[in-house]
Amino acid sequence: MADRYSFSLTTFSPSGKLVQIEYAFQAVNQGVTSLGIKASNGVVLATEKKSTSDLIDASSLSKISNITPDIGMVYSGMGPDFRVLVDKARKSSHTNYKRIYNEYPPTRILVQDVARTMQEATQSGGVRPYGVSLLVGGYDADNGFSLYQVDPSGTYFPWKATAIGKGSTSAKTFLEKRWTEDLELEDAIHIALLTLKESVEGEMNGNTVEIGVIGPASDHLLGFEGVKNVPGPRFRKLSPQEIDDRLDAL
Amino acid sequence: MSDPSSINGGSVVAMAGKDCVAIGCDMRLGMQALTISNDFPKIFQFNNAFLGLTGLATDVITLSDVFRYKVNLYNLREERKIEPETFANLVSSTLYEKRFGPYFVGPIVAGINSKSGKPYICGFDLIGCINFAKDFVVGGTSSPQLFGMCESLWEPDLEPDDLFETLSQALLNAQDRDALSGWGAIVYVITKDKVVKRLLKTRQD
Repeated sequence: MADRYSFSLTTFSPSGKLVQIEYAFQAVNQGVTSLGIKASNGVVLATEKKSTSDLIDASSLSKISNITPDIGMVYSGMGPDFRVLVDKARKSSHTNYKRIYNEYPPTRILVQDVARTMQEATQSGGVRPYGVSLLVGGYDADNGFSLYQVDPSGTYFPWKATAIGKGSTSAKTFLEKRWTEDLELEDAIHIALLTLKESVEGEMNGNTVEIGVIGPASDHLLGFEGVKNVPGPRFRKLSPQEIDDRLDAL
Repeated sequence: MSDPSSINGGSVVAMAGKDCVAIGCDMRLGMQALTISNDFPKIFQFNNAFLGLTGLATDVITLSDVFRYKVNLYNLREERKIEPETFANLVSSTLYEKRFGPYFVGPIVAGINSKSGKPYICGFDLIGCINFAKDFVVGGTSSPQLFGMCESLWEPDLEPDDLFETLSQALLNAQDRDALSGWGAIVYVITKDKVVKRLLKTRQD
């Protein structure tokens, strides 16, 4: 595609706008709500798993994906575009970082990399912008827990708590009232579920809602025991049962 | 005109002590038997990692520039200093990139991790295999002599001043038994809060 087209399909309008990127934002805002909340001891990512039919096997699709053991990502917008970005981020975290420094990239570096990929799709020949906004939550030793949003334009912002997609404006107002500096992870999960409840149309249970958590290192998820100085991954998905338990407590 | 690692000559050695590390090098630059310079240091500092580079002098110069460039960009991108362990892995991947046309060098890295305070030393072969050591690492044309000196003189948990004496004696006596090393020596003693660089008074032959 890109080699046959030497010109960009995203060009300026007389008013100075890049209309293709505006349209990409429309694709995002038509997508299902996703949100992220940064707590003092972790980050929560949450989204609704909207199925068009009851015959769909919901468990086979994962909307919240991990990129490195300590970084996870969720989206609003076009699922296929998200899938491609996840694959690129996972690969690049190894080729452009781990295979050079033998450690996983810090969250901000990973975010900048994904943002660059999304920007390139607004300026390269023959391609269209990605129709997703991403929420990236992660942990690294120097910066602690962080939450970033990446837009189709390639802009990225750090957030304390935010929402993207269809019900994002009302969700953000909701979060603004409830977010505090000393929120703990469990409180953040509670608030995430409350916020999602406002925008979810159908039934809300462990199979229609996905929650990802970046929290304390889970050594039991390593897959082996007895090796010193190897912390477990911080990214973890809550099982449908764990989500149902918390929904019952709402 | 054959073995690139022994045309110019030179030696480096690093040792770990109690919450400190020391790294030293000779000052000779030669063309086989002819000594051209007695002011060619082989230790370079990148944030809190010290790199000792022996071998073909052109590669020593080029690599010190390459790492200066890579570490500067790391500082700008990551907005933080590079740690010795991370720098060592950067050295390893840089060298392996040239697996089938290598740099003819024998690097060693020494430093103290600014977060954990742990001393770190390691050596590499010319294609980047990391040799992690808890006691000492050696490199250069007098490395057989350095191995012998370090193995006998080194003991664990040396304080900075004692580590300095130990490393200096290992370096001096090894380079005096090597025709291609010598003509001066520099020793860095690194602790958490300061670095002391000493120029040793040595035999000038």
